[in-house]
Amino acid sequence: MYVAVKGGEAAILATHDLVAEARRGDPAVPEITVAQIREQQALACARVMNEGSLYDQDLAALALKQSQGDVIEAAFLMRAYRTTLPRFGSSEPLDTAAMAIRRRVSATYKDLPGGQVLGPTYDYTHRLFDFALMEPQQAPSPLGGEGWGEGMPSDAQGTVAPSLPSSDPASPGHLLPRGEKERAPLDATMPRVPDILGAEGLMEAEEPPEGDPRPFDLTRDPVSFPADRDVRLQSMARGDEGFLLGLGYSVQRGFGGTHPFVGEVRVGEVAVEFVPEELGFAVDLGDVTLTECQMVNQFQGSKEVPPQFTRGYGLVFGHSERKAMSMSLVDRALKARDFGEATNYPAQQDEFVLYHADNVEAAGFVEHLKLPHYVDFQGELELIRRIRRERDERLAQEQNAKEQDNMPEAAE
Amino acid sequence: MTIHQMPADDTKPAYNYAYLDEQTKRMIRRALLKAVAVPGYQVPFGSREMPLARGWGTGGIQITAAIIGPADTLKVIDQGADDTTNAVSIRRFFERTADARTCEATDKATIIQTRHRIPEAPLKPGQVMVYQVPTPEPLRRLEPREAETRKMHAWAEYGLMQVKLYEDIARYGEITKTYDYPVMVNGRYVMAPSPIPKFDNPKMHMSPALQLFGAGREKRIYALPPYTSVRSLDFEDHPFRIQSWAQPCGLCGADDSYLDEVVIDDQGGRMFVCSDSHYCETRRAEGHRGTMLGDAAASGLVEETTP
Repeated sequence: MYVAVKGGEAAILATHDLVAEARRGDPAVPEITVAQIREQQALACARVMNEGSLYDQDLAALALKQSQGDVIEAAFLMRAYRTTLPRFGSSEPLDTAAMAIRRRVSATYKDLPGGQVLGPTYDYTHRLFDFALMEPQQAPSPLGGEGWGEGMPSDAQGTVAPSLPSSDPASPGHLLPRGEKERAPLDATMPRVPDILGAEGLMEAEEPPEGDPRPFDLTRDPVSFPADRDVRLQSMARGDEGFLLGLGYSVQRGFGGTHPFVGEVRVGEVAVEFVPEELGFAVDLGDVTLTECQMVNQFQGSKEVPPQFTRGYGLVFGHSERKAMSMSLVDRALKARDFGEATNYPAQQDEFVLYHADNVEAAGFVEHLKLPHYVDFQGELELIRRIRRERDERLAQEQNAKEQDNMPEAAE
Repeated sequence: MTIHQMPADDTKPAYNYAYLDEQTKRMIRRALLKAVAVPGYQVPFGSREMPLARGWGTGGIQITAAIIGPADTLKVIDQGADDTTNAVSIRRFFERTADARTCEATDKATIIQTRHRIPEAPLKPGQVMVYQVPTPEPLRRLEPREAETRKMHAWAEYGLMQVKLYEDIARYGEITKTYDYPVMVNGRYVMAPSPIPKFDNPKMHMSPALQLFGAGREKRIYALPPYTSVRSLDFEDHPFRIQSWAQPCGLCGADDSYLDEVVIDDQGGRMFVCSDSHYCETRRAEGHRGTMLGDAAASGLVEETTP
């Protein structure tokens, strides 16, 4: 009959056991390995690295395994680990112009130096199940994401048995004949589209703030408002993809006034260089995979500055185009104050965006509501009962008074 | 830049004493000193990502981690009780990371970390109360923008709060804030006492203990040095008053403590018991008997203690 949460110690230990059991699932099914998650769920790993603010594919995969695929929980694990890591310095600024391109598309030019590189993208897949993926495959299925639809004979009944596509034996598992892909090697140089516009003076320049100070680090220092751009970009890079997607969408749909073009989205590897004090020259630490998006927005100008396009910028770990694009939309929206625009919409208000984009903080505070609150609730109960009691008493008194007033009349 | 080490089988990766690294502790202590120097003022600090969820006490945990040492005895309560799940979890955290000596006795503890209550037993000089704070800004519900509320504090412009309290009276006949009831500290700053019931507000006034407040998610620390004036906001014709109950604690018979309501059946049966579990136990050990102690003992809610 006693239901309050008391005597929690044993219950807490039991929950840990139950979680371990639930995580493993049916023991008859082989356990998934961290390497499998890292290699085959790379987009999920990228999201965990972004929202966990730590570039480490192995740990991201481990976090996903440990959290049963709960991305926010996985990001939380990453952050709680990251905060304990010693810091031995800051890398040199990354040069995304020197990126080893995997994918690069521009919506502003039909063709440009380096060309359009579609790379691995779901953009032109038809979202039809590839039932062949239900079974382990010998070779990578080219139809993963494409579905069985195109170029495949269906049988007379109109149903299609899931099966491997009948492909050229010379290139098992590929849609293109062998060698076709290699026939068009990528250009060595792929200038960033906003740089092309910038050379013409049409693009808002990215100038470091006066004195080029060390960027703010929002994991070490509290944010104050109005927040500068380095803080805003950091916050968004680790912000929740869904939240930024919604905000970016709101800007585009009408709750904000930006009409952007994708100047460029590029995905690929960039070298991270570090200058150890004792050496005095840069050492290559390795590559990170990045997605960079630069949006070209409607122009601004003034008496002093001729009209220029304005920039929205997004840079995130891994192949995360949706996040990078959302970020660049919101980045531009948050520049409203700098350009003297009205800040009427949520995406234009830095306090709103920065405080609420952090999904680890948001999840913690939302979910803390399930903690015991019975002391506070008892305060509310005491109050509401008393107010109601006092109201009833007052009404009863008024009623009495009324009846007494009416009494003589009734007697007459 | 990956610098994590996958530990070998025979090595155990070690965290620093009390989890936080010493630089971080120093940063937090500096914020604490500033907070003590300006009672009630919210000091921004570089709140760290903690291995416990935001909103679950990360501010209080960081403060405790920054001040705890091997000589300390730690008591952790949530809703006044030592055995609520989150209190158990936080106590375990410090037992694991700081090898902390823990206790349930209010008078034995040197540090008391709390969520939502101040113990009933009076605090003593030398004790430190650490409050877990969800929303450090008392004006937040009235003005959502931090940039604005900081200005309001700077100018001691608290008219908005007075109007809100007045509106409560106009609408309901009294101020309807039952917890996190705003206080004026040292005649200067309006402060959120954290969601303790207003029943506990008077205990803050001129307390001999040092009171520290940590809001991890909001990255703010504030403090009440010992013997600081803490006045609950009110009006001359509507003076501040605390909660009261029509019946005493069902277990120990106390009529001076904050009570939790326990639903005992689906027929409207209620039992009121002390929210401060240690206070209630101490009283029972002293031989006090509530009217429902027999029922509660029979149902395993309490153990019969022999005085």
